[in-house]
Amino acid sequence: MDEQERPKTTDDQAKGMSRRQFLVTSGYAVGGAVLGGVLGYLLPKRQEAAPPAAPAAEGNDYGQALMFFTQEQFSIAQAATERIFPTDENGPGAKELGVAYYLDHQLASEWGFNARDYMQGPFFVGEKVQGYQGRLKRRDIFQIGLREMQNYSQSQYGKAFVNLTEEEQDAVLTAFQNDEVPVTTISASGFFSMLRSGTLEGVYSDPLYGGNKNMAGWAMRNYPGSQMSYTQIMDKDFTKVPPRSLKDHVAHS
Amino acid sequence: MAKKLPKTDVVIIGVGWSGGIIASELTKNGLSVVGLERGRERTTEDYFMVHDELRYALRYELMQDLSKETITFRSNEKIRALPMRQYGSFLLGEGLGGAGVHWNGQTFRFLPYDFQIRSLTEERYGKNKVPAEMTIQDWGITYDELEPYFDAFEKMAGISGEENPLGGKRSSPYPTPPMIQTPSMKRFADAASKLNLHPFTMPSANLSTAYTNPDGISRAPCQYCGYCERFGCEFGAKADPVVTVIPVAKKTGKFEIRTHSNVRRILHTGGKATGVLYTDITTGEEIEQPADIVVLTGYVFNNVRLLLMSEIGKPYDPASGTGVVGKNYAYQVMKGSAMGFFDDAEYNLFAGAGSLGMSLDDYNGDNFDHSELNFIHGGNISFTNTGQRPIQNNTVPEGTPKWGKEFKAQSLKYANRVLKVGGQGASMPFRHHYLDLDPTYKDAFGDPLIRITFDFEEQDRQLAKYLTDRCSEIMQEMRPSLMESLKELGPYEIMTYQSTHNTGGVIMGSDPSASAVNNYLQMWDMENLFVIGASAFAHNSGYNPTGTLGALSYRAAEGIATYSKKGGILA
Ligand SMILES: Cc1cc2nc3c(=O)[nH]c(=O)nc-3n(C[C@H](O)[C@H](O)[C@H](O)COP(=O)(O)OP(=O)(O)OC[C@H]3O[C@@H](n4cnc5c(N)ncnc54)[C@H](O)[C@@H]3O)c2cc1C
Ligand code: SF4
Repeated sequence: MDEQERPKTTDDQAKGMSRRQFLVTSGYAVGGAVLGGVLGYLLPKRQEAAPPAAPAAEGNDYGQALMFFTQEQFSIAQAATERIFPTDENGPGAKELGVAYYLDHQLASEWGFNARDYMQGPFFVGEKVQGYQGRLKRRDIFQIGLREMQNYSQSQYGKAFVNLTEEEQDAVLTAFQNDEVPVTTISASGFFSMLRSGTLEGVYSDPLYGGNKNMAGWAMRNYPGSQMSYTQIMDKDFTKVPPRSLKDHVAHS
Repeated sequence: MAKKLPKTDVVIIGVGWSGGIIASELTKNGLSVVGLERGRERTTEDYFMVHDELRYALRYELMQDLSKETITFRSNEKIRALPMRQYGSFLLGEGLGGAGVHWNGQTFRFLPYDFQIRSLTEERYGKNKVPAEMTIQDWGITYDELEPYFDAFEKMAGISGEENPLGGKRSSPYPTPPMIQTPSMKRFADAASKLNLHPFTMPSANLSTAYTNPDGISRAPCQYCGYCERFGCEFGAKADPVVTVIPVAKKTGKFEIRTHSNVRRILHTGGKATGVLYTDITTGEEIEQPADIVVLTGYVFNNVRLLLMSEIGKPYDPASGTGVVGKNYAYQVMKGSAMGFFDDAEYNLFAGAGSLGMSLDDYNGDNFDHSELNFIHGGNISFTNTGQRPIQNNTVPEGTPKWGKEFKAQSLKYANRVLKVGGQGASMPFRHHYLDLDPTYKDAFGDPLIRITFDFEEQDRQLAKYLTDRCSEIMQEMRPSLMESLKELGPYEIMTYQSTHNTGGVIMGSDPSASAVNNYLQMWDMENLFVIGASAFAHNSGYNPTGTLGALSYRAAEGIATYSKKGGILA
């Protein structure tokens, strides 16, 4: 797209249609009756579409505390994810988006405990095509992985990971990515790939999980988050729609 | 001792699409039906917070809990099968509506060729075309015989579409018009038309318009919200058993659903099923539900597993090629594709619907000449607009680092500029691809897991390459700034999502020594037991399975109703 050309916006989307208008334009009202499951969805006292929230006042985000990481683990995770998804001219990086808090909260959840994975033995080393066959849980893997990153930084550079230059941090991450770090208890590349996918999750999941602060991750790539309908723009060229989050869907009493 | 309940006419094991259709049709016929579902109750109200990619797409909120039950997998008999500990290749349904709640809704009919694949292949290319190890066989039914049931399924679900110029004959048009055509779909369709191919709008269970079906169920149109596959539809716009057939069955007053009920055995004496034994997983209590007719609708894996655990039918033996239960497990070849990066255009790729797209059948089935080709069958080629959610879609041009500054810049740039043309390759059964009980690994009750022995074959590698080349031709015509395509198929692996289109294991046919069920999906070995689902497919076609599975369910329901009056083997 030409840089001068400004992306179009549909006013209906941006400002939020009234609920009644939505029912009519989307064809929900058939012969005067509102159809099935929609009824409950559209009628609770939900806040009318608000414009994107203003950034929360600094220091007022009570979700930014730790459930799982130690302070040291947290700072390594924060520095490492920032290298994976750095701040640049497009917008904030992992640190500002709260990705390390996201990871901390996830590791404290059932995901960290592999609660919905098959964890029964016996355990055997499998073929590559058979997938993960270890007995360690994600929270164990993160603890070991972060410690090994610290050890490797110390042994290579005589410094803690957070005190390395950006280039040195990249070199450490690359060594993990390529299995060049001699760790025995976990797969270095397996840990790196969890860290990488966890970073993308923290950048782009709903802000309710602690990352994607102020929906800034979505805004950077013009992702509108949680919208009720795109019917009006489906046959149109690219249309910018300001993001909304699941918070908009909670019925407030 | 298990608690024994009063007898019912029919008991259904699992309430997804197959179970739901059977329930609605049989209760309409006056039969009393009990539906046992191991998962929980579900309604559209459950999905008010559904636009959550992390919870539903990455953490699999609606799928089977693998900590309690999974499958084991090995590439061949020489390898030890190991459990699929985390989701990847396919996603298993659980809870009312089964996988029919979180499917996309791409609703095709298999081709006339599919149902007579062995005869038609040999007729056109001679007996040598089919390798000795490839166990394709006719299905014991023709497309024309099945057509009225396709029609019934499509009308019930309200499928939106336009006629496929290369598909089987239709007795009536689609009940609702095609979905909206987006600019990117148009780009695909124009390119395909220039190449003299035959693109058509993908048939969709995401309603294009408000619709009332023959059962009197009214549903709302799709909002193109982009949260379809892996999610439930909060609008009820996507056809799903919970908003279509299950309410119809309930309204008769003849359908009792018991959720949290995990069926562990089919009971039988003297060659007839007498009912089922299940565990109430909320209390741990063991309960016996006697029934005149037992209908097994637990998806491919549990259909096979329950038959084997209950010692019904002859287990398949790959060494001798005899026996039927577990035979002809098949999957799909989804990796043949081409990807285009477009610097000249940006699209609303964040929006979409599970079955919004265009496709073409010029390279599917036997619609093209295979004389010079080293494979049979082919695949549907499609371009879809399903909604590119941000965690799972960060495609960057080859050579871009996987993380860091450049990755970030490129993934943001291309977020709404990558289009993919993909082939859904058919999967032929082979003698050494099968399902049986795992000797080592157990579910939460201590029952054996089902074991898959499967790998891609030379046929699949050739097919993937062929489809890749065809997809690339179309993509080239779409004029991307940059194009990438599959280099080589590689072995089958269980870690990356490919499709939840598993088939076979309880296949249909006209010969009891080569098939497990007849064309009413009635067990040859046990006349009051019907086994329904894609487990009946004798091979897997180049399409999504549910249209054909739905048609077979309607036909089976008709058979069961007849059986309930007359008894005997129906075909
Ligand atoms: C992400 C995804 C996308 C898909 N997209 C498409 C698509 O676009 N087009 C298409 O055609 N198909 C699609 N499919 C496939 C489609 O969902 C299935 O073909 C279809 O839902 C299968 O229906 P079924 O009734 O045979 O099985 P299921 O829907 O799996 O239902 C089986 C039910 O039985 C229950 N059950 C199993 N064992 C027991 C037991 N022992 N006791 C009690 N209950 C039991 C399960 O809990 C489940 O609810 C998709 C699938 C997935 C996962
Ligand atoms: S895309 Fe359409 S059918 Fe799918 S969930 Fe959204 S509204 Fe429902």
